[in-house]
This record gives sequence, structure tokens and C-alpha cells, in this order.
Amino acid sequence: MSPRLPIYLDYSATTPVDPRVAQKMIPYLTEIFGNPASRSHAFGWKAEEAVEQARAQVAALVNADPKEIVWTSGATEGNNLAIKGAAHFYKTKGKHLITQKTEHKAVLDTFRELERQGFEATYLEVEPNGLVSLEKFAAALRPDTILASIMMVNNEIGVIQPVWEIAELCKKKGIIFHCDAVQGGGRVEIDMQKFKADLLTITAHKMYGPKGIGALYVRKKPRVRIEAQIHGGGHERGFRSGTLATHQIVGFGEAARLAKLEMATDNERIRALRNKLWTSIQQIEEVYLNGDLERRIPHNLNVSFNFVEGESLIMAVKDIAVSSGSACTSASLEPSYVLRALGRSDELAHSSIRITLGRFTTEEEVDYAGNLIKSKVAKLRELSPLWEMYKEGIDINSVQWAAH
Amino acid sequence: MAYSDKVIDHYENPRNVGSFEKGDAAVGTGMVGAPACGDVMKLQIKVGTDGRIEDARFKTYGCGSAIASSSLVTEWVKGKTLDEAASIKNTQIAHELSLPPVKIHCSILAEDAIKAAVEDYKKKHGLAEAPQEQKVA
Repeated sequence: MSPRLPIYLDYSATTPVDPRVAQKMIPYLTEIFGNPASRSHAFGWKAEEAVEQARAQVAALVNADPKEIVWTSGATEGNNLAIKGAAHFYKTKGKHLITQKTEHKAVLDTFRELERQGFEATYLEVEPNGLVSLEKFAAALRPDTILASIMMVNNEIGVIQPVWEIAELCKKKGIIFHCDAVQGGGRVEIDMQKFKADLLTITAHKMYGPKGIGALYVRKKPRVRIEAQIHGGGHERGFRSGTLATHQIVGFGEAARLAKLEMATDNERIRALRNKLWTSIQQIEEVYLNGDLERRIPHNLNVSFNFVEGESLIMAVKDIAVSSGSACTSASLEPSYVLRALGRSDELAHSSIRITLGRFTTEEEVDYAGNLIKSKVAKLRELSPLWEMYKEGIDINSVQWAAH
Repeated sequence: MAYSDKVIDHYENPRNVGSFEKGDAAVGTGMVGAPACGDVMKLQIKVGTDGRIEDARFKTYGCGSAIASSSLVTEWVKGKTLDEAASIKNTQIAHELSLPPVKIHCSILAEDAIKAAVEDYKKKHGLAEAPQEQKVA
């Protein structure tokens, strides 16, 4: 049976809302619409009850206390609140911050802003497999380091950073550690009783919940302090003012409950599909997997195809919704900064695609995707003068290319 | 990126893909662009005894617009004299394919590829640069 096209294979960009989640959300739009901050009537009480139940569900997903969960509008806000909030609160203790080069822009741009405000930042290089080296992290620490932020799972290449070890090190040194766990939430087991991070960002729409709702975990024992970035009615114990979006929160709660229940079986099924797809793609010559295969979430494949240009590749595989490692569809013609950080050449960085699988991916879809990629890469290589030269044994790097 | 129907047509059904024997005296080869810039075009012309281009082939590493631009010019150069072919302007290519401003460089590259192929042929045959007055508009 041929699958319905186009096939969605971009689960790291966002996931569809699980129908079970959508069902839970609907009554909170039309019937139980009260403002959870309304203390004087039943409409408010019922909404508040739903918000607190969801808080307990999200807390349970990461084995935390519900009081450690602060609702945000999503991961970008969560990362901003954690990083700016902690840097501002602890600024009298020091001004040095540490992160690494393949973080999401929500972290990198927040660091840039803090640098403009007078903080000093270190951006660690990653190893060729995409991972942060513990030794290099330890070596970057200074007496005036107050905060470090390292992501749990890279959004482009899916590698799992050694954040557990880094958190231990930071705890020993009295440095606040923030972890952007957006791509790990619902995909990697997170236990805040064992994981020593002080601040942790997660979001609903990467785990089959709705867009527009996220959560920041703020450790209570020992208590971590952050300065609010949004001021208003003092909601969320003053950490984040603003009327709570009850229906979104209910959706996040249900998504977290389902993720906790189904993560293990989902991951096992998805890993088998991912491995099948990788085996199929590996039959193509001159294919490179970007990032470590072992320390990687089962959902992700990021592959570069040599001698094929990235934009034409994306155009060729338009029946599968995947993400390009190249931003050349915009005017900027920039290869992915993540792949560049791995030491990939511009050409290989340009000709990469990120394929991310999820809860609703089927074996038929994966088979179709593998065959489509194989036939389209072959077609584009027939068109490629570089492939012809490679086949004739000419070293592309030895050719004097005219710059244009 | 919304491509025009003509770009998509050339991209999906590229005309005259392939290679001629580089050493053939009747063949002129032009290779322009650079891999690091994201486009490389190889354009080859085969010139008949009457001095007209009787056939053309291309191979392109590049985006859809680059592939379409080179596919289009292989059609356009056929039947033309060397000087007629070398006078094809990038603006004509861009207009024909309705290229957006960010893709104009693809048409410039295609124009350069024709010129390079013509020059290669002339060099092989010891022909000097064509005198301007012989140029046919």
C-alpha cells in the first residue's frame, strides 16, 4: 500500500497534537473557560483545578515536584527566562557564562544579549561527533562562572549531550546549570531526582501537545532563584505573569501523561523504523551521517549526500516533509551552523537533510522515503558534473574553481 | 520558495543532460561556478561544419533554478552561430524562467557557461576573439 503524500518526517520541528490530547482540550475552550486566577467563583476554581492537575502531570513526566513547574508560552520563552533570569539574579557573584556552539538560537541569541549587557560568554566547540567534551567543559570554568547552559538533545542531529555529568560538575562548583531539554522531553527519560540540573526547559508541541505552551522546571531543593522577565499580575508565583492558557495547559498535561506511559514502546518502535531507513539510505555511495549514531535519540537521522546540491535535493524529495541543513532557500545561502560546527565542509553541510520520525510514522512511510531518496539522489547525480568528476577519479578539491 | 512552472518543468524534465567527449575537436566545454558557492555548471556545445551549434549538453550541480537555466540554454544555443550563442544575455534567461531576484545569479552563471564553451571551442581552433562588426544581433 502506498502511503498518503506528502509524508511528515519532521517531528523535531513539531509534532501533531495527539487526537487524545485534542479531545481533552476542547471542553476548556467552550465550557470550562474560566480564568484560573478567578478566586471568587466556580468557573475559576474548575480552571485552576485543571491547571494544577496538568502541572502534576508535567512534573510527573520529569519526576519533579509540581511546585517546580512554571508555565511559559513555549521553549524560547523558557530558555530566555531561565538564562536571563538566573544571570540577572546571580550577577553580583560573577559575570561569566558558558554554553556551546550547536545550541538552539533561543539559547545562543539570549547569550548574545547578555554579552551586550556586560556578561562574558564562552561558546564551547563540539567534537566531530557533535558532543561536548566534559574535559573541555571543565577547562572552560572560571572562578567567576555563574551559569552554564547545555542542551540535552540537539535539534538538528539528535545527539544526546552528557548533561547529566555536566550537571554534577556544576553542582560541585556551585554553578547554576540550565538544560534546554526541548528535544528530549517525551523522548528521553528525565528524572529530576537524579539529574542535577537547576533549570530545565521543555515544551508541549514536541511531545504531541499544542504549540504555545511550555514549562520551565525551577529546582526547589536547593532553591534556585531567577528574576522574572515578564511582569504583571504575579502569576506563577511571580516567575511569569500573564493569564494562564487553560486549554493549552490541559493539553500539555495530557501529552505529558501519554508520553510517560508510551515513551518506552514508542522509542523502541521508532528506533526500528529509523534503523531500517538508515540501512536503506546507506546503500547510496558517498553518504555521511551527521552526529554520533549511538548517543542519539531514536527519532533522528541527519544525512549529507555528497555531490548533490541541498536545495535541489529538498525540491526532489518534496513528497516527504523533511528539513534542510541549508538555509539557502532563504536569501542568505548559509549552511547549517550546527553541521559547520562538526567540521563538515560547506558542500556537505548544504546537501544534508534532517529526517525525524515520530509516534505516527509507519513502516510504509519509511520504505517509501528510503526509495524516494535513493532514486532522487541517483537522478541528481546523473545531472551533477561533480559526481561525473568524482567517478572519473578527479579530486574536486584540487580543481581551481573560479570564485563568483 | 515558489518556483515558476517553467523552472519546475525544466527541473523535472531537464533537456540535453549528459556529456560529449571533451577531446572531440567539434566540442567546446565550459565549466563555471564553484562547489563551495553551491553551483557548478558544465555546458558543452558541438559545432557543425557550417559553424553552427548542432547540439548541446549540460550537467549542473545547483538549485532548481540553476538546473533550469542550464537546461534552457542548451535548447536556445542549438542552431545558433558561436557569436549568436555568446550574445545570449542573462536577463533573457531570467525573464523566460521568471526567476526571482535571489536567483538571478543562476542566469548569470548560465550566460557565463555559454561564453566559456564558445571560448573553449575557439581556443581549440585557434580562432581569435570574434571581431565586433561580425556580431549578429
